[in-house]
Amino acid sequence: MAQNIIHLVNVSKNYNGTEALRNINLYIRKNEFLTLLGPSGCGKTTTLRIIGGFEAPDGGEVLFNGVNITSVPPYKRRVNTVFQKYALFPHLNVFENIAFGLKIKKMDKKLIAEKVHNILGLVNLSGFEQREIDSLSGGQQQRVAIARALVNEPEVLLLDEPLGALDLKLRQEMQIELKNMQQRLGITFVYVTHDQEEALSMSDTIVVMKEGSIQQIGSPIDIYNEPKNSFVADFIGESNIVSGIMLRDYLVKFAETTFECVDHGFKENEPVDVVIRPEDIQVVPAAESKLQGEVSAVTFKGVHYEMIVQNNSTRWKIQSTAMAPVGAKVGLQILPEAIHIMKKVTVK
Amino acid sequence: MKNKWLTYPYLVWMLIFIFIPLLLVLFFSLTVRTPEGLAFSFENFQRFFEPIYLRVLLRSVYLALISTIICLVLGYPMAMILAGNNFKRKNVMVFLFVVPMWMNFLLRTYAWMTLLERQGLLNTFLSFLGLPPLNLLYTQEAVVLGMVYNFLPFMVLPIYSVLSKIDRQLIEAAADLGADQVTIFRRVIFPLSLPGVMSGITMVFMPAVTTFVISRLLGGGQFTLIGNLIEQQFLFVGDWHFGSAISMVMMVIILLSIGVLSRYDKEHEGGGLW
Ligand SMILES: Nc1ncnc2c1ncn2[C@@H]1O[C@H](COP(=O)(O)OP(=O)(O)OP(=O)(O)O)[C@@H](O)[C@H]1O
Ligand SMILES: [Mg+2]
Repeated sequence: MAQNIIHLVNVSKNYNGTEALRNINLYIRKNEFLTLLGPSGCGKTTTLRIIGGFEAPDGGEVLFNGVNITSVPPYKRRVNTVFQKYALFPHLNVFENIAFGLKIKKMDKKLIAEKVHNILGLVNLSGFEQREIDSLSGGQQQRVAIARALVNEPEVLLLDEPLGALDLKLRQEMQIELKNMQQRLGITFVYVTHDQEEALSMSDTIVVMKEGSIQQIGSPIDIYNEPKNSFVADFIGESNIVSGIMLRDYLVKFAETTFECVDHGFKENEPVDVVIRPEDIQVVPAAESKLQGEVSAVTFKGVHYEMIVQNNSTRWKIQSTAMAPVGAKVGLQILPEAIHIMKKVTVK
Repeated sequence: MKNKWLTYPYLVWMLIFIFIPLLLVLFFSLTVRTPEGLAFSFENFQRFFEPIYLRVLLRSVYLALISTIICLVLGYPMAMILAGNNFKRKNVMVFLFVVPMWMNFLLRTYAWMTLLERQGLLNTFLSFLGLPPLNLLYTQEAVVLGMVYNFLPFMVLPIYSVLSKIDRQLIEAAADLGADQVTIFRRVIFPLSLPGVMSGITMVFMPAVTTFVISRLLGGGQFTLIGNLIEQQFLFVGDWHFGSAISMVMMVIILLSIGVLSRYDKEHEGGGLW
């Protein structure tokens, strides 16, 4: 088993009565790229700030390489942060910003210059040493912020929505650059985002959070294919979520139709949530399927078409490279493996 | 630059109340009264560079410097406390600080006279303790005290306003990079507060170097400052020409000191700009 570099044990945090985090338990393995993912206000930043030491948890412990660091101040932690709003020092130029941490460590001047030079090359800002911060574009400031943290060679790098302010193209470039850096330098990244695509494409592990608690921890593929509940399913990628009844093991009824499935272990006739990904539904001639509907909308999305098919009681979102025109009667084919059965979430 | 005419009233105002008086002062300073009328001359300026007057100038600058330094040393920590995180007490503190400024300047200074007098409050208290009375009033220290007391808010407020605008994330970022409290202050907070310090210094030094009320009331006329000199020339001696020359010298000194300060400030803010 890979070594756990950070371990949050039963961590909770209240802000004047509102629970920002409840009982968070989380391992972060050495050298992994872990992403905290969730909607706004779910406690991602709070979790990061507790790891960085800027916020003390109200309950629970933070372990670093097995040592309890819950009450260690930030400047003594071997963790560096890339802040959501960069937080670059406006009175210092690019070189001085990046050298800030190294100077505090009383490193040799020549070595500092060399390290700053190298890291600037890494973030594609060679020759920017003497530039003032406010003369840089958002993307450049972003990369200075990353360089300023990385140059200290922390064991763990915390990144709070570092690409949030960038436009789509730059964001995609930076995603690739960040992932490369992480792999080359072998640093553990704890990354915060509320962009599920970003999380899926960059992470080794994704932690899905909602209202201060962890919903699911797993690899991107696990989370996408085996979401634990309808919240995760809905948040990660698009989904059709409908109510159904588990008739017995391997047999479920939804949309007034009975389907075979691969899930079992539910009570007989237990109400469940059924989750089906839009790309897992095939459009077939109406006669070939037991579930039929009428196409009510078609949108071209580049690689595929997105169709809305209205069945008596339900609307189905379907993604397919084949297209049926609006008004066409079609059949919907769903394979047993494409049907994900989840316990009903009572609180919503 | 549309609506240029909007600035005309202001220009007229400047002309009448600033530019013309300045010209008059300049005119007076460069002329002397002779039996035949007014004559152009540098005599007034030459006179100012006689030792007695130079000594007054030096004393003025010296006392103003001392007061400015004391104001800075007292004012910076005060500004830090005000800008700190005790939200509830903060407004009260700022209020207490500003209240004396609403009171008349003369009144405030007279109040100190009654405190420092030979039969004043402080000496009464000392004799109550069985201690001999002290000569407090009409000393150089009393003058400095008066300056510090009157001008301290002008040091605290600009520093306070700069400090309270510093982004908390910068402080967290510094801590994140390994800086302890002292280093954070030295490397981040203090450099970022320099513009406030500079304007604080200017705002204390200028009135301190030109004051004549404080030195007259608390110095008892024994410590003639340059402001007193000017006042005397105009009100008692009646030599407007010499008085104007001193005023001109004074203005040059102030302009120079502002120039030096603002250059230093700029070097710090935009160093290495290209
Ligand atoms: N300093 C604070 N004082 C009071 N409440 C706070 C504070 N910081 C966070 N909260 C609350 O705690 C909850 C979690 O906040 P947090 O900043 O961790 O969310 P987040 O997941 O980072 O959201 P976002 O994606 O919007 O950044 C929110 O309800 C927020 O309002
Ligand atoms: Mg956040």
